Amino acid sequence: MSTPVMEAQELRRYYSVPRGLMKPHATVKALDGVSFTLAPRRTLAVVGESGCGKSTLARQLTLIEAPSSGALKLDGKDYAQASEHERKLGRRQVQIVFQNPYGSLNPRKKIGSILSEPLEINTDLDKAAREARVREIMAKVGLRPEFYDRYPHMFSGGQRQRIAIARALMLQPKVVVADEPVSALDVSIQAQVLNLLMDLQDELGMAYVFISHDLAVVHHIADEILVMYLGRPVEQGDADAVFARPLHPYTRALLAAAPKLDPAARAERAVLKGELPSPLNPPAGCAFHTRCPFADARCGQERPEMRPFAGRMAACHHLERIG
Amino acid sequence: MALLEIENLTVEFGKEDAPFRAVDGVDLTVERGDVVGIVGESGSGKSVTSLALMGLIDFPGRVKAKRLAFEGQDLLALSDKARRKIVGKDIAMIFQDPMTSLNPCYTVGFQIMEALAVHEGGTKSSRRARAKELLEQVGIPDPASRLDAYPHQLSGGMSQRVMIAMAIACNPSLLIADEPTTALDVTIQAQIMELLRELQRRNRMGLMLITHDLAVVAESCQRIVVMYAGQVVESGAVSEVFAAPKHPYTAALLAALPERSHGQPRLASLPGVVPGQYDRPRGCLLSPRCPHAAERCRAEQPRLRAFGGGTVRCHTPLDAAGRPTA
Repeated sequence: MSTPVMEAQELRRYYSVPRGLMKPHATVKALDGVSFTLAPRRTLAVVGESGCGKSTLARQLTLIEAPSSGALKLDGKDYAQASEHERKLGRRQVQIVFQNPYGSLNPRKKIGSILSEPLEINTDLDKAAREARVREIMAKVGLRPEFYDRYPHMFSGGQRQRIAIARALMLQPKVVVADEPVSALDVSIQAQVLNLLMDLQDELGMAYVFISHDLAVVHHIADEILVMYLGRPVEQGDADAVFARPLHPYTRALLAAAPKLDPAARAERAVLKGELPSPLNPPAGCAFHTRCPFADARCGQERPEMRPFAGRMAACHHLERIG
Repeated sequence: MALLEIENLTVEFGKEDAPFRAVDGVDLTVERGDVVGIVGESGSGKSVTSLALMGLIDFPGRVKAKRLAFEGQDLLALSDKARRKIVGKDIAMIFQDPMTSLNPCYTVGFQIMEALAVHEGGTKSSRRARAKELLEQVGIPDPASRLDAYPHQLSGGMSQRVMIAMAIACNPSLLIADEPTTALDVTIQAQIMELLRELQRRNRMGLMLITHDLAVVAESCQRIVVMYAGQVVESGAVSEVFAAPKHPYTAALLAALPERSHGQPRLASLPGVVPGQYDRPRGCLLSPRCPHAAERCRAEQPRLRAFGGGTVRCHTPLDAAGRPTA
């Protein structure tokens, strides 16, 4: 494997939440110890339900926020505690595609100026060179040249997502973080955008961090998977292996809960009881033990750490028994 | 007698002389105890169809139908007042986003009891007892205290359970669920679908499940109706349609699912987008995107016709091997 373009070590991000006058602030551990390495041309999928810290992770990886602790290396250089100036330079290497293309494009700007803005801020190309570069990327993502002078409202959701992808590519980033890039799109458009993302990766060789809750999509695009629950990783490893034989009870529940087209693929479904606990007041011990069918007394007291098992990492006391 | 019969339903918006047809000649029958899935992408008219049925299309929208009958009663011939007696009682609806469908200013109990007061009357204490019973039925823990909770105190899954409780409050015979799980997480989605299926079986309701998620339909429905740009393009038994889709659009939708493309490097995608108001093609509405489109498809609009057990709106429906028939 080639040298990693991105490396996260024990990334943590805590937020302090005011609870009212005279009361001490509470701490939400939105992201609590995530580690991974990402090589060029690879796709890491981050999976989990709302509130599991997926989007917090995206904000750390794109250097929009600084983590509370841990290291985040891009091309070997640590940006976690770097100065604001250094972080600004680092941002050129990581770009983001947001979930909702209706909210992420400025309605007052033409497509041409939306796309050339990253170049204006980060490079010293002159106007003609910028326009040439914008038109080149537009062609790459399948936007017609006449779109250059149009406004975002003139486009459908799929086209807008292409524009958002083009914007992320303007600075030739090494890593693109895609935060639920297709969940706002229809099935047939979703397929177009996923194909585009894969084609671009083949051609330009960047790595993806693909954040999604849709397991079918993840299975198609990901090389590696990181499953999160309440801010902590619960299982991490090769995508095909995780789908073939999920280890952690939460991963199993997630896979079983997803509706399947093929009647033969529908396993006996044990619907997970209860809901995600409040991150303000997470359960003691294993965060999942309140909903886990395998939980025993130990799970309520002692928090399982990520440990290697069957060629990947998982955080559960009972891997030997249930795996 | 069918529970619900819709024949040639059309909903138009905009100018009288150049209207935009959001729903274009939809035929649909739902029997008691039937679970029908209505599938389509955004803009296919699936939600507008259900709103028209509930009488929720306001001016300037225009609803026309050859027949729109519920238990043999023509809904369009009824006065507004008489129609309101049916809608909300015998026909109930669950909307997509539970967080915005509940009134944030009133407690959950008040909102459920309001529906009961309008349709069933009774005393305040009997309504409260019934509301508690309903919350229990939809699996809300500690229902007595939840009656006094405000919507913001509930999670998305809980709010959707409350919406379902409200919908089944008057024992409807037809329940319309418009994307009931789209705003929810997968594990919660599984819980809510399980609940809906159980209630449907127990009360022998007709259930119209409107969704864009084909896998949800595959798991829960007996019949499927596929819509495209306001028209029904295919309908039939779920198992048959999923095994051998007859309309190229249904085939493309299924092929575009990642689940169907395992082991292939790329997903099969349909080029282009759903036509809007100004770029509706003259012939078959799918013709600009259809891989099998011929001269006739571009000139002449196909009619919905019976074909191999279901119905299909195509000049050259696909055979079992996915090839167009002559």
